Amino acid sequence: MLDNVWLIPLFPLIGFLINGLFGKKIKNEGVIGGIGTLAIFCSFLVSCGILMQLVGLPAEQRVFEKVIFPWIHAGNFKADMAFLVDPLSAVMIMVVTGVGTLIHLYSIGYMHGEEGFYRFFAYLNLFCMSMLLLVLGANMLVMFIGWEGVGLCSYLLIGYYFEKKSAGDAAKKAFVMNRVGDFGFLIGLFTLFWWFGSNHNIWTINFMEIKAASHLLPYGGVVTVATLCFFLGATGKSAQIPLYTWLPDAMEGPTPVSALIHAATMVTAGVYMIGRMSFVFIKAPETMMVVAVVGAATALFAATIGTAQNDIKRVLAYSTVSQLGFMFIAMGVGAFTGGIFHLMTHAFFKACMFLGSGSVIHAMHHALHHGHLHDDPQDMRNMGGLRKAMPITFLTFFVSTFAIAGIPPLSGFFSKDEILWQAFSNPYHGDLNKVVWALGCIAACFTAFYMFRLVFMTFFGECRINPKVKDHLHESPLVITIPLMVLGVLAAVGGFIGVPKLIGILPNYFEHWLEPVFELANEYGKQYAHMHEHSHSLEWGLMGLSVVIAAIGIFIAFTMYMANKSLPEKFTSAFPGLYRAVYNKWYIDELYDFVFVNPCKSLGNLLWKGFDVVIVDGVVNGVAKLVMAFSAGLKGLQSGYVHNYAMGMALGVVVIIAFYVFR
Amino acid sequence: METIAIPAINMSVIAPEMILSVVAMALLLINVFVKNEQKGYLGYLSIAGILVTLYSLTIGWGAPQDGFSGSVVQDNFAIFFKGIFLVSAAMSILITDQYLQREGCNQGEVYPLMLFATVGMMLMASGTDLMTIFLGLEVLSVSLYVLAGFNRGSIRSNEAGLKYFLLGAFSTGFLLYGMALTYGATGTTKVVKIAAAAQSGMVSSNLMLVAGMLLMATGFAFKVAAAPFHMWTPDVYEGAPTPITAFMSVGPKAAGFAAFLRVLLVALPVFKAEWSSLLWVLAVLTMTVGNITALYQQNIKRMLAYSSIAHAGYILVGFTAGNAVGTSGILFYMLSYAFMNIGAFAVIILVGKKGEENNNLADYAGFGYKHPALGVAMCVFLFSLAGIPPAAGFVGKFYLFSGAIQAGYIWLAIIGVLNSAASVYYYLRVMIYMYFKEPTEDFNWVRLSPAFIICLIIAIAGVMIPGVVPGTILELAQKAILM
Amino acid sequence: MVSLHSYLILSAILFSIGTIGVLTRRNAIVIFMCIEMMLNAVNLTFIALSKYLGNLDGQIFVFFVMTVAAAEAAVGLALMIAFFKNRESIDVEDLNLMKW
Repeated sequence: MLDNVWLIPLFPLIGFLINGLFGKKIKNEGVIGGIGTLAIFCSFLVSCGILMQLVGLPAEQRVFEKVIFPWIHAGNFKADMAFLVDPLSAVMIMVVTGVGTLIHLYSIGYMHGEEGFYRFFAYLNLFCMSMLLLVLGANMLVMFIGWEGVGLCSYLLIGYYFEKKSAGDAAKKAFVMNRVGDFGFLIGLFTLFWWFGSNHNIWTINFMEIKAASHLLPYGGVVTVATLCFFLGATGKSAQIPLYTWLPDAMEGPTPVSALIHAATMVTAGVYMIGRMSFVFIKAPETMMVVAVVGAATALFAATIGTAQNDIKRVLAYSTVSQLGFMFIAMGVGAFTGGIFHLMTHAFFKACMFLGSGSVIHAMHHALHHGHLHDDPQDMRNMGGLRKAMPITFLTFFVSTFAIAGIPPLSGFFSKDEILWQAFSNPYHGDLNKVVWALGCIAACFTAFYMFRLVFMTFFGECRINPKVKDHLHESPLVITIPLMVLGVLAAVGGFIGVPKLIGILPNYFEHWLEPVFELANEYGKQYAHMHEHSHSLEWGLMGLSVVIAAIGIFIAFTMYMANKSLPEKFTSAFPGLYRAVYNKWYIDELYDFVFVNPCKSLGNLLWKGFDVVIVDGVVNGVAKLVMAFSAGLKGLQSGYVHNYAMGMALGVVVIIAFYVFR
Repeated sequence: METIAIPAINMSVIAPEMILSVVAMALLLINVFVKNEQKGYLGYLSIAGILVTLYSLTIGWGAPQDGFSGSVVQDNFAIFFKGIFLVSAAMSILITDQYLQREGCNQGEVYPLMLFATVGMMLMASGTDLMTIFLGLEVLSVSLYVLAGFNRGSIRSNEAGLKYFLLGAFSTGFLLYGMALTYGATGTTKVVKIAAAAQSGMVSSNLMLVAGMLLMATGFAFKVAAAPFHMWTPDVYEGAPTPITAFMSVGPKAAGFAAFLRVLLVALPVFKAEWSSLLWVLAVLTMTVGNITALYQQNIKRMLAYSSIAHAGYILVGFTAGNAVGTSGILFYMLSYAFMNIGAFAVIILVGKKGEENNNLADYAGFGYKHPALGVAMCVFLFSLAGIPPAAGFVGKFYLFSGAIQAGYIWLAIIGVLNSAASVYYYLRVMIYMYFKEPTEDFNWVRLSPAFIICLIIAIAGVMIPGVVPGTILELAQKAILM
Repeated sequence: MVSLHSYLILSAILFSIGTIGVLTRRNAIVIFMCIEMMLNAVNLTFIALSKYLGNLDGQIFVFFVMTVAAAEAAVGLALMIAFFKNRESIDVEDLNLMKW
């Protein structure tokens, strides 16, 4: 099975080609959607087979590299199209293909009747292929191809409704911000390649080769530079401060896209990349600190914005940014397993919530459409009381909300608690750890608050939709609710594969599984930081604390949006400035416009009119004219007469002989 | 007088050449019984013959053997080049019939002649004796003279044939004189023995050997169209029937390089300092003259002729380097050049109609909109010729130039890059005409026969696949170099 | 006994005469004859060297050159006839339709 790993990205590629080339002619939505879903489902089956086989192997043999074909060999530089299967990539392919299959299935129902249905599935398949390349790549170049590929698909899918200007703008914004990050990724890649090559004559970009040679890397220094560059790449792709603003705008895309790309898979690429190179990152304590602090800041910052948004998808988008922040906290404090664990559980519950919100929007849209109303189907102020009309959507959404809030024993509790505990107890950054931990706790409180605010506003209370169309609100069809139910179950029980040792009802399978991947990083970490033993009672205490924090958040939400509905208004009128700032996302977009976009525009204008037109064009045109004159002269030599040509040849011979023989 | 020993004959070494010659002679006979409008079938028969030959070639890969007491050899180098010849011959044959029917000169002899020319090229690539190389070159040249003048009714074709013949025979004189001097200096015509003699200093006159080498170099330089021995190229390419031009621009050039490489790298590595400095100058001259003159051309066939001169220059850059990267770059580039150039010529044939070849740039106005698929195909070929990624032309140039850099010829690489930047101008100009000028014609005479479609698909695949995933082809090329 | 040098010099002179003839004459047939002269000068070199070196390779080479020259003559004359049919001339000055 391991030898067949190339099948995994191949199936979506075939799906993409069929739908992309012939989709327009096929027309039948069932066939198009079926092909797209079947393609990724086949990948899922192969992934399952691979996982089974990996499980069957002894832990230290669970690394397998498969060269598909030789790709670029130039001098010292060698890059093959090769895939790496190890516990980490196995987790990722399972998440990508598993969640991917469900979302493809969901899209058949959700995108029903859309123009360009085939285009959507073609892009979705292409995205899956790129994402699988990203996670399977055995060297940085393959990973980078996937990295760019998912960026491209994200761009295409955000701009899916390209006739809407806001969608086009959002797509452009995502692309530009991602490019800024990609630039960092490339610089990091070059730095590492150059350093190994010039200092140790190891010219490689292969992860396993770098891992084998990682003991040569110094602590700090050049590694800090390289890892900071890589981290810049991660902030672009994973929407962290300072490059996070594209993700909320990305909600212009269709909802399944938000669920698959902008929640479950692509945005976690940065986390995965740090995990993949944990043995490099851990050698740069400063970078680790930056990662942790940026993660914590993002987690809190995005959570605060989430509290004041009214668009259901925007709340979820900020929630995603915030949760990604948690994952970066984990990476930054050296809790790699915890980060990947949260990545997985987050994929379950966030995908479920996005798809649930899609289901709600779908229902709202149909109801409003029926009544010929132009209210915003995504605005939570128009919703309310939907739990009766849409019981399945409500139930799955409710479970997922408990999961993200961190209520035991749902999946989010285990992963988030793991991160917070490690942030508290890991010794890498001294006292800063406690700060990160504290920020994380506050963010967790906010998370519980805004998520329950969302649930209360959407599903509880009385229905605020225009009464005319109230009776037209219906539960979505099975093709939409089945993925919801599956994801809901996963969100509920998915955490049990990583139960902390402390609780001990089950062994921590997940940590055990990823141990070989992060073993080396942990060893390097011990070189400069010593683990303290913490008492069990402290760990129990903190676990209890995080549950209490979540409960507080839920309680506040309940008071404000269920029990005493005048409170929010009182609050906003008491602090109008604060409310406006939060509502307007702390004016970060405006700040970026002011600091970066506008100066760049004016500089560009200046360069264009002053430098480009006068100097560059002048020089270029001058050279071109000179060359053309030369060309006119040279063609005159081509007289068309045989004896002139013969003369040229004879002269050539004479000159050559004379030069070499008689010199 | 020494006694004449019967030399060891190893027929399996020349089996591919034998197969192809037999097919060609059989076709000559069959031709008599085929009606005029059905000559196209001869083309398919020759392609079948080529495929069989290609198969017989692959058997020998990785197991070099020689025959005729070391006069011919079947090594990876020869096999790689023969693959290029056969592929380019097959692709040219695919586009021949329709053109000849249109121009009303569909004599069936064209196919045997193309096959004989291919046999000549194969002998040149296999030859390890100056005699074999000379014979291969002449078999090739004599066939090509006829092919260039094949359209007897067209005065341009006559002129092309006669010009090519006179200048070709003239250059043969120099080549032969060079061979004679080399023989005189070393006492042998076998490349391996020449190398041994030159290495051990068992040379009656070093001066004679150097002069012989230089004269041979000029002969090969004529064949590959390197400046200042390039002047026949534009006229002959323009006048010859277009499928023949496509054929001539690839195979014979590759064959010239094959023999050139073997003679200089195997027989005369002792004089590397001399020949690489000569090639340096030739490369710079060839690239510059080819590109700069191409800038002015309005006739697209003539423009591609100048461009083929420029490409010979790029290949000479890799040759000057003479190292593993440069040499494997030559093999890679020759292969991709076959696809992109024949593809471009195929499109050119389609644009023409009877009596009017429509070769002027202005004739391409709006072509891209009238025939979107052909327009895209042409763009792919032109992009590859210009060396723009991800086409194979880019990868090939990259290896050629990086070979030069590795060998320390930084300036040569810089001149090469500047040249290929200049070349973008005239390639893109065709696209500008295709897409940004108002169409003046409706192009309703363009007929895509299945043979053309196959040829174009092969060409596009051959340009794009090595461009995106160069690894496999490059690995083959690296196994095929002469060191 | 005529020395090798004399033969080589003679053949070099013949070769040069041939070359100059190609460059100066205008009649295609005469040009072709000059080329034949160059080839025969080379043949002379080969035979002289073969005799001097005492090995037969050079003489075998000469046979091949003669065969090839015959083939070239056949093809070349045919091309000239075809050209003559269309243009009623074999003056190379008239080979000037394609230039620049």
